[in-house]
Order: sequence, then structure tokens, then C-alpha cells
Amino acid sequence: MATRIQVSGLDIHYDRFLAVQDVSMDIEPRQVTALIGPSGCGKSTLLRSLNRMHELVPGARVSGKVVLDGQDLYGPDVDPVRVRRHVGMVFQRPNPFPTMSVYDNVAAGLRLNHRRMPRSEMDGRVERSLRAANLWTEVRDRLHRPGSGLSGGQQQRLCIARAIAVEPDVLLMDEPCSALDPISTQAIEDLILDLKSSYTIVIVTHNMQQAQRVSDTTGFFNLRAAGEPGVLVEMADTTTLFTRPAKQATEDYVSGRFG
Amino acid sequence: MSLSTTDTEPDERSAAAEPLTHGTLPASGPPLVLLGAIATGAVLWLLGWNPALSGIVAAVGYTAVVYVWSRAVEEARAARDRLITAVVSSAFLLAMLPLVSVLATVVSRGLARFDGEFFTHSMRGVVAEGGGVHHAIFGTLIITGLTTLISVPVGLLTAVYLVEYGRGRLARAITFFVDVMTGIPSIVAGLFAYALFVLFFGPGVRMGIAGAVALSVLMIPVVVRSAEEMLKLVPNELREASYALGVPKWRTILRIVLPTALAGIATGVTLAIARVIGETAPLLITVGITTSDNFNPFDGRMATLSVFSYYEYVSPGVPPEASLDRAWAAALVLILIVMALNLVARLISRLFAPKSA
Repeated sequence: MATRIQVSGLDIHYDRFLAVQDVSMDIEPRQVTALIGPSGCGKSTLLRSLNRMHELVPGARVSGKVVLDGQDLYGPDVDPVRVRRHVGMVFQRPNPFPTMSVYDNVAAGLRLNHRRMPRSEMDGRVERSLRAANLWTEVRDRLHRPGSGLSGGQQQRLCIARAIAVEPDVLLMDEPCSALDPISTQAIEDLILDLKSSYTIVIVTHNMQQAQRVSDTTGFFNLRAAGEPGVLVEMADTTTLFTRPAKQATEDYVSGRFG
Repeated sequence: MSLSTTDTEPDERSAAAEPLTHGTLPASGPPLVLLGAIATGAVLWLLGWNPALSGIVAAVGYTAVVYVWSRAVEEARAARDRLITAVVSSAFLLAMLPLVSVLATVVSRGLARFDGEFFTHSMRGVVAEGGGVHHAIFGTLIITGLTTLISVPVGLLTAVYLVEYGRGRLARAITFFVDVMTGIPSIVAGLFAYALFVLFFGPGVRMGIAGAVALSVLMIPVVVRSAEEMLKLVPNELREASYALGVPKWRTILRIVLPTALAGIATGVTLAIARVIGETAPLLITVGITTSDNFNPFDGRMATLSVFSYYEYVSPGVPPEASLDRAWAAALVLILIVMALNLVARLISRLFAPKSA
């Protein structure tokens, strides 16, 4: 199920503005890859280019290659909708569908994609996804209450359950804990470590401790200079990147001497 | 200004130099002034002044007395606060006045014929007393229903286009013309629909569907506007969440965006119906009036409450009182229908609103 992603020579533009330049990286299956770096350096933009969410912004375009299990996501005739069925995403702020119950939120991806299945199978799928998201015991009694009635941390786990219910190969997480308190953050981090065994996970985070806690590989992004595009400065095994970085810029950033 | 802590001179901004309290008017002061102002207005009215002028004198008098008094006792900001409070309250009362007056007049005059016969009989064969608006109530409901049937799909789809798909010049042009359409005088809409139907059916054509087309011209821009605003309120995050699940755009709109905005759209549609249900001029041209039941909008003249009310007033029978009573009662029925629609709108928005907890 888990899949390797190979990014090579990726440039991302917003109209004329080059946001991210010449990124090449390999994202290993069944591992957590963290992307760190200062605000505005293109981490989220790069993340969103991995499931073609990026192009929802008018004027956005991408050149280069993102290869998912041998298929180029940006090849001709590639349907972005199909790409997103394989590459799920969790957002910065929890965004459960407000018109739907907890159950319907988890089932949303399956139902909206017209995957008809018997009630019992759907029930099983929802329960498995909620269990995988460590949310089942908390919501089993209120599956048919609105999803927006849960706490922020529970909502975020509900969004993760919703994302994994469609059984994607890759899970992208865009600062999934930045709107949450430390307890909920820990719950999400534990969950990420659990999910690692079956998914390829890419997480953008501003929290360097978090990157060290959850990731196997870390990529450091930075702006080449103010007003210039963001670049991937260095990518390495997480321990190596935080203890013996190869580049001075990385050293400055991870040791808090940035700027 | 010195920031030194050894400074022994009291700082000019310290509490000692500027006390934190100021004089206040006695709590019963402003209400007493208000009573005095109302009494003065009443006396002027009884002395034979114009009631509107008496009211204005009372309002201005209250405002001036409270402001000057507050200025003398309290500080300038408190006085300004009282001044603005008085002005805002007066404006509110002024806006309420015509509303209350219209309602009171229509209710008091309309009740004379608000009886069983009025709702169960048409005007067929009635020349003096008696008769009713059975035909006009159904005419209004049928024509407004057809209008809704035409306007809601067109308006809603236009709004979806503008919010979800429209880019560039075409979208801007549509927005511009929708705004222009909002300002079209209703008589122009009526003439347009009449001219359109004359093309197909020849001069002198009168039918309910022509009226519905005329009203649609008025209703579509209102529906587009309100639906557009509601769709814009749907957080983009919800669309992204849906796209990230691999849901195509059209199904995201149908299953996520529209349900989330449904409460607001339903309210907007109901208010748009309320806006056109009382239109008279376009129906006068396109539908005309009749005295008997005609529930077929594709064949001949129909009666509607607004046009009925108008004709009863401009060409009363003998004696005229019966016609005038019917005109008022028809107006009352129309207001009650609009009121019921507004209540339905509230109910709908409560039922469909995104739930929490």
C-alpha cells in the first residue's frame, strides 16, 4: 500500500513568481518525512504539489517530475482527481464537514466517490478508520452526532480518519498540530507513529522538536534570499540533520541561530 | 516625558492629575427629561399643531436638553455619548413609524371583510357586497410558484458558476448585468414579458406564465446575489478537504458546498419570493384580472391579490365601500402570506443550519 515518491527538478510558480526552485528528493515508503523551514519558504506549496492540490490556486503551475510508484503525477492525461485518491491530505486546521455526523464524515470519501457497499461493510470501514485514528473509544457513543461538536484535537483525528478511510497510499500533513494544544498534539504524534507502518507520511511542521520526535528523514527548506524562491537546502536522516548538519544554514536554523 | 523612577514630580498623566471619576447625571434625570419632552409634544399636538411637527419638537428638545445638561455636569465624551444615543434612537423610531402605521392601517381596515366568504368565494357575478379572493389567492400562489420554479434553478446555477467556475471577463460581465438587473423597474420587466409573449401569441395575450416570466426577471438577480454571498461564505478548507479525498469538483459542489450553504440559500430564496409576491405593475400588463377562478396559467387572464386590490380600489362598484373593504382585506391577506413566508424562511434556516454539539 505504501508508496515511494521521487521528486526531481521541481519548480513551482504562482503566475510569474517562482515560489520553489529545483527541488529533488526521495520520499521513502513506510517512513515519516518531515519538511521544516521558515515561513514562506515553500514547504506547504511543495507538499500541496504532491497531490496536485497546488493547482487549485489560480495561476499556479508546476514543472519537473513527481513520480509515484513509477507514474509521473504531472504527466499528460493524468487526472488530478485520481491522484488525490491515492495521496490523501490532512490540513492545518481541522475541517470536518459541518453538515455531517462523525460517521458520515468518515464515510464521506467513500460515499462521495460512489463506492457503494453494504451497510455492514461501511460500518466496519468506519470503525477501522476511527480505531486507526485512535478516536473510536471517544466517539463510539456519538457516531451520529455532528462532527463539529468534537474538540479541536478530536476533530483533527476525525479528519485523519476521514483521510485514511479511502485507503490512500500516501498521507500528506500540513502542520497538523499547529492549531492544537500539547495533549492533542501528542495524541496526533502517537497516531503518526502508528500509521507509519502502513502509509508513506509527509509532514510539514514549524516545530523542530516535533520533527525530531516523529520523522525518520527531514528536509530543510529555506529562501535563497529575501524575495527569491525557496529551495531544499539539505535532506538527511533526522538524527543526522539535527546533530551533524552538512550545511551552515541548516546548523543555524536547527540550533536556533537563524537570521 | 521622563521615564525615570526617581522623578518626584507627579507625571502629568498620573491619576492625581487626571481623576478617574467625573460627575454623572442622576439616574432618573434623562428619563424625566424624556417624559417632559413627550408631554410637551402631546400638549403641542392638543393645541392644534401638526402631530409630526410635535414629535420632531419633542425629539429635538429631548436631545438638546440632555446634551447641554450632560455637558454641564459630566465630561464632553459622556455628553457626546448621550447625544449619539438620542440620535440613533430617534432614527430607529422614525424608521419604525411607517412600518407600524402601515400594519395598523391594513389590519384595522382589512378585518372588516376578513371572513369565511372572503376566502371561499371568487368575484364571479358579484357587483356590490360579498364576494371574495379565492381566485386571487390561488392566482398569486400559482404565479409566484411558477416564478420560483423558473428563478431558483437559473439563479442558483448562475451563483454556482460565479463562485466556483467564473473567472475573468465573462464572470465580471455577468456580475455587472446581475447588478443592473437588480435595479430594473418592475414595469419594464412586465413590458418585456408582454413583448416576448406577443411574439408567440399575438397582441392582447394575457396568461399567468407571462406574469411568472416577468416576475422571474425581477427575482433572478435577487436569488443570484443572495446565493452568491452564501456560497462565498463556505470555507475554502471544506472544498480542499473534499478534493483531497479525491472527490471531483462537481460532486464537491453538490454534496459539500451546497448543503453547507443551504440554510442561507433557502432564506435568500424565501425573501426573494416575498420581494416579488406583492408586485402589481408587471402582472397588470401580463396577466390582467378576472372575476372567476382560473387555475391554468397557460390559458387566459388570472386574478392575483395585488392586482385585485388595485382594481377594487380604482374602479369600485356601487356602493364603493364594499370594494374598498375587499381591497384592504386582500392587502391584509398578502401581508399575512409574506409574513408566513418569512417565518418559513426562519424555520428552514434553523432546520438546515450546520449542526454543532
